[in-house]
Amino acid sequence: MTRTATGVSAEMGSISWRAVGCMALRALGRDWQSGELRVLAAALLIAVASVAAVSFFTDRIQQAMERKASELLGADLVVAASNPIQPALADTALQQGLQTAETLSFRSVVLAGDVTQLTEVKAVGPGYPLRGALQVSDRPFGPPRTVDTIPSPGQVWLDERLLQILGLQAGGTVNLGARAFRVEHVLAYEPDRAGDLFSIAPRLLLNLADIPSTGLVQAGSRVAYRLLLAGEPAALEGFKTWARTRLVAGEKLEGVRDARVELRSALDRAQRFLNLAALVSVILAGVGVAIAARRFAARHWDSVAILRCVGATEALIVRLFVLELLMLAMLAGAAGLLTGYLAQYGLSGVLGSLVSRTELPAPSLWPVLPALATGFVTLLGFGLPPLLRLREVPPLRVLRRDLGPVNPRLLALYGPAVAATLALLIWQAGEWRLALYVCAGVAGTVTVLSLAAWGLVKALNLLRGQVGVAWRFGMANIARRGSGSAVQVVALGLGLMALLMLTLVRTDLLTSWRASLPADAPNHFLINVQTSEVTQVQTFLREHGLHDVELFPMVRGRLTAINGRNVGPEDYQNPRAQRLVAREFNLSWTDTLQEDNRILAGHWWRTGDQGQGVASVETGLAEELGIVLGDTLRFQIAGQDLAAKVTSLRSVEWDSFRANFFVVFPSGVLDAYPATWITSFHLPIDRKPVMAELVRHFPSITVLDVEALMTKVREIMDRVISAVEYVFLFTLAAGLVVLYAAIQATQDERRFESAVLRTLGAQRAVVRQSLLAEFATLGLLAGVLAAAAATVLSYGLATQVFDFPYRWNSWIWLLGGGAGVLGVGLAGLLGARSALAQPPWRALREL
Amino acid sequence: MRVDHNLEAGSGISVASVFASDNPVASAIIQVEDLGKQVISPEGPLIILDAIGFSIARGESVAVVGASGSGKSTLLGLLAGLDTPTHGRVWLAGVDLNRLDEDGRALLRAQRVGFVFQSFQLLTGLTALENVMLPLELAGHADARQQALELLERVGLQARARHYPSQLSGGEQQRVAIARAFAGNPDVLFADEPTGNLDQKTGHRIIDLLFALNREQGATLVLVTHDQELAAYCDRVLELDDGRLRESLAQPSSGA
Ligand SMILES: Nc1ncnc2c1ncn2[C@@H]1O[C@H](COP(=O)(O)OP(=O)(O)O)[C@@H](O)[C@H]1O
Ligand SMILES: [Mg+2]
Repeated sequence: MTRTATGVSAEMGSISWRAVGCMALRALGRDWQSGELRVLAAALLIAVASVAAVSFFTDRIQQAMERKASELLGADLVVAASNPIQPALADTALQQGLQTAETLSFRSVVLAGDVTQLTEVKAVGPGYPLRGALQVSDRPFGPPRTVDTIPSPGQVWLDERLLQILGLQAGGTVNLGARAFRVEHVLAYEPDRAGDLFSIAPRLLLNLADIPSTGLVQAGSRVAYRLLLAGEPAALEGFKTWARTRLVAGEKLEGVRDARVELRSALDRAQRFLNLAALVSVILAGVGVAIAARRFAARHWDSVAILRCVGATEALIVRLFVLELLMLAMLAGAAGLLTGYLAQYGLSGVLGSLVSRTELPAPSLWPVLPALATGFVTLLGFGLPPLLRLREVPPLRVLRRDLGPVNPRLLALYGPAVAATLALLIWQAGEWRLALYVCAGVAGTVTVLSLAAWGLVKALNLLRGQVGVAWRFGMANIARRGSGSAVQVVALGLGLMALLMLTLVRTDLLTSWRASLPADAPNHFLINVQTSEVTQVQTFLREHGLHDVELFPMVRGRLTAINGRNVGPEDYQNPRAQRLVAREFNLSWTDTLQEDNRILAGHWWRTGDQGQGVASVETGLAEELGIVLGDTLRFQIAGQDLAAKVTSLRSVEWDSFRANFFVVFPSGVLDAYPATWITSFHLPIDRKPVMAELVRHFPSITVLDVEALMTKVREIMDRVISAVEYVFLFTLAAGLVVLYAAIQATQDERRFESAVLRTLGAQRAVVRQSLLAEFATLGLLAGVLAAAAATVLSYGLATQVFDFPYRWNSWIWLLGGGAGVLGVGLAGLLGARSALAQPPWRALREL
Repeated sequence: MRVDHNLEAGSGISVASVFASDNPVASAIIQVEDLGKQVISPEGPLIILDAIGFSIARGESVAVVGASGSGKSTLLGLLAGLDTPTHGRVWLAGVDLNRLDEDGRALLRAQRVGFVFQSFQLLTGLTALENVMLPLELAGHADARQQALELLERVGLQARARHYPSQLSGGEQQRVAIARAFAGNPDVLFADEPTGNLDQKTGHRIIDLLFALNREQGATLVLVTHDQELAAYCDRVLELDDGRLRESLAQPSSGA
C-alpha cells in the first residue's frame, strides 16, 4: 500500500518558517484530496458556525424577547427608589438617547360619597408606558381598547374593582387627598402591574402633574418612585454601567428579568435550550475532529517515517502539521463564521411577528470571539494530539511497517482538550451547571458506551459459526477489530444519540414546556376571599360552570429567625433574598400536596403532623435564604411568633399560573390566624361577564385577569421554541459529521479488505453482504446503546436542568435500533460502493 | 476507445456453462490474444500493454520478466481477471474472461486461481490461520479450518497459526500468503514478485516452497519477477519490454 506522501524537501536541516509554511500549504492541498481533512474541516466549520449562530441568535433573540418582555415592565429598564430619584439620572438618560417616563405610587384612602377604600395610587408622567400600552373600557369588564394617552389632568382612571367597591361609573367623582377628580375611564390593563400580584389593593391611575395638588406626597411619606427607561441596547448598557456608580441608597436598577417570575423562568429555559444546542454541537464536533484526526495521523505514519528518514527533525514534523492544522482552522473557521452569520438571517423568519424586522437589533460582533476560540480549541485540542504523536513515528517504520507511535493513555491524550473545551463552554454558556451536566453526561455516556460496546463486541464472538460466510466474516471482523470496533460503536453511538436527542427528546422536552402552560391554564385569580365566603364562592363558581375550583388559605407572615438566629436583610448579599426577608410573604396550609408541586427532599406530612409546627418550603426560597431540611424557622404572623421545623423542600411550577406558596403548613397550625383565600381558574374569554357578577355578589373580592400576561408568556415560549429548533439544526449537522467520520474511519481498511476478498474469489454480493453484516451489526449495537444513553440523558436534562416531568418514550429504542441498522448499514455500503465498482486490481494498486 | 464495454457481457451466463466452450487451444490453461491495456493519465492516454499474445499449457511454469514499469503486474492482473483489458481476450481455464462479469470472474478465481503478492496482502485483522481459511470459506469448503491448518503445517507455520500478520516476519508472512494461495487446490497460481520484499536467503526459501507446492499440486505457475536467476527455474520465460512481449525461446528446464 502506498500512502499520501507529505512533501519531501532536500534542504531540511535548517529550514525557515516560510519554507515550512509553503510545505504545509502544499500538504494541505494534497491532503484535501483524501477525505479525512474534509471531515476535520466540516466538524470545525459546524462547531464554529453553531457557536457563532447561537451567540448571534441568543444575542439577538434575547434582546428581542427582552424587548417583548419589557412590556411587562413598561420599560426596558427601571430605576426604582424609595425617595425622589436624582434628576441627574433622567437627564443623563435623555442625553444618552434613551426615552424616559416617571411614575410614583403610594397607598392612600379614596373617598366616593361616604364609601372609603384603601387604594394603590399610581401617578404617571408623559410617555408612560414606554413599552406596551394601557387599555381602558367604558364600563367594568366591558370590551377593552388600547390607548396611547395617560389620564388628563384632573381626571383619573379606576380599575374594575375599585369602581365596584365605590359604586361608581365612568363620569363619577372621587376624592383623593385634598382634591376631587372625575372618573374618565375604567382601567382595564396596565402593562407593568407587576410585583406581588396577590397583595395589591385596587388601582387608581392619575396624571403625575396632579400629585402636588393632592397634598399627599410629602417628605417621609412611603412612596415608590420609578424612572422608566427605554432605548437601544447599547445605550441601555451604557446607562446601566454609568448609573451603577451613581445610584444612592434606596435607588436600584430593575430589568425585565426581575419583573415577573413566570417570564424569568421562560427566558431562563430558552437560554438553556439554546446553550444546550451549542454545547452539544461543540462536543459532537470535537468527537468528529478526534476521529478524523486519528485517521489523518494514521495515514501519515508512512510519509512521516520517510520524512524522518531523509533527515526531518521531530520539531520540523511538529511545525509542519501544526501549521497545516492552523491553516485549516483559519479556513474552516472563517467559513464557519460566515455560515453562522448567514444562518441568523433565517432568524427574522423564525421569530416572525414577535419582533418586526426593523425592531430586531443588529447583530453585534462579539460572538466572533467565542466562536473562533471554540473552533481553535476544538481543532487543536482534539486534532493535535494524534498529530503530535506523529513525531514519535520511528524512521525505522520505513523498514518495518508494524512500527508506529506507542499507544498513549486516552486520558493523557484528550484530557487537556476536554478541560479546555469545558472551560470554553462555561465561558460561552455562562452556565457552569448546564455545561458540567452536559460534559458529565457525554463523559459518562462515552464510558458506559465503551464498556457496553466492548462487551457486545466480545459477545458477538459467540455468534460466529452460527451464520453464513458473509455474516460470519462481517461479524467476525467486528470482534477481531476489538477495540477499534468498540471505538467505532462509541462514535456511532454518540452520533446516533445526538440525533435521537434532537428528534424525540427535543420534541418531548419542548412539548413538556408547552404543556406546562396549556390553553386552559388558569387566567383569573380571585384574591381577598374571606373565610366566611369560601363556600359561597365555590357555589357561585359551580353554578357558573366552574367546577372543582379549589381555594387556598393565605396568611401573611414574615420570616424572623432561622434556627433561633434572627435574620434580616443585612444578613444577605443577594437583593432578592434581602427583599424576601424584608417583607411578608404568603403562608398557606393544606393537607394534600398540590398537583404541580414535587417533594425534592424530606417527606410530605405524616399522620400526626396536623397541628404540629412543621413546614414545607419551596426549594428556590430555601436556596436563596440558606434554609436546609431540618432547620427551624420562626415567623411573625399578626404580631405573634410561630416556630416550625422544615420537614420537606418542594419544587413549584411558578410559570403554571396556579396559586403557589413559599411555605406551606399542615392544617391545624395557621387556622387561628386571620386568613384570606385565593384561587385561580380558567375562564373562557366569552364568559368574562361572570366576573362582573361575581364582584357584584362579593364586593370585597379582587379579581385579577392574567390573560394578557399569559398570552405574552405563551407567545415568547412559542417563538423561542421555533428558534431553538432552528439552532438545533446545527447540532443535527454535527451529529451527522460524527456519524460520517465514524464510518469513514475504517474505510481504507475495508477497501483493501474487499479488494483482497475479491482477489481471493469473493463475489461482490458476498463482499457487500459482509460489509452490510458488519455495519448493520455495528449500527444496531450503536443504536441500542444510543437509545439507552439518550433516555438517561434526557431524564437528567428534564428533571435536573429544565425542571420538566420526564416522559418515557419507547419509540426511542425502535428509532435508535432502526436508524442504526439502516443508516449505518447503508452508509457503510455506500462508502464501499466506489471500491466495489472498480476491478479489484485497481483498488489494490491505489491503496 | 473501447471502455470495458464487454464487462457485463457475460452476465447471466453461468460459469459452468462457459467452461467447456470456446477455448481455441484446448490444452492451454491460459490463452491470450491481442491483449492491450491503455489508461488515461494526466499527460494523456498511456499504453501500458500492447498486442500481447501467448498461451500457457496446463502444468507449465512460466516466468514473466522485464524492467520495472514494463507492465508485468498489469499483465498478471489481466490474466487473473482482476482488471479488464482495453482490447483483446484472455481465456482462463477455458473461459473467455470478457464474457464473464465481475462476479463471474470472482467465482472463477475462487475455484481455479491462487495468488501471491510482493507485499503479501494479508488481512491485518485476521490471524494467519484465518487468512488461509478465507479462500476456503469463500469457496464454501466445509472443513476450511482443517485444510488451512494442514497448509500452514506444510509451510512450517503451524505454531504461528494464531498470530497476526504484524507479529510475523516478512518471510513468514509470505509463507502464510503461499499457504493461502494454495488453499482450495487452484489450477493456476499467480505470483507477482513474491521475493521482491525479502532478503535473498529468505527469497530462496520462499521460491523453493512455491515450486515444491506447485509440483505437489500440479498447478500452472505464472511467476512475475525481474530476477533472471529466478526466471531460470521456470519452464519458459516471457519478456516484457515497455508493454510489448518479447518472447524468449523456451528454456531448457534447469531442474537445478
Ligand atoms: N491505473 C494506472 N494508471 C496510470 N498508470 C498506470 C496504471 N497502472 C499501471 N500504470 C503504469 O503502467 C506501467 C506498468 O506498470 P506495472 O504493470 O505495475 O509495471 P511492473 O509491474 O512491470 O513494474 C507503469 O509505468 C505504471 O506507472
Ligand atoms: Mg509490478
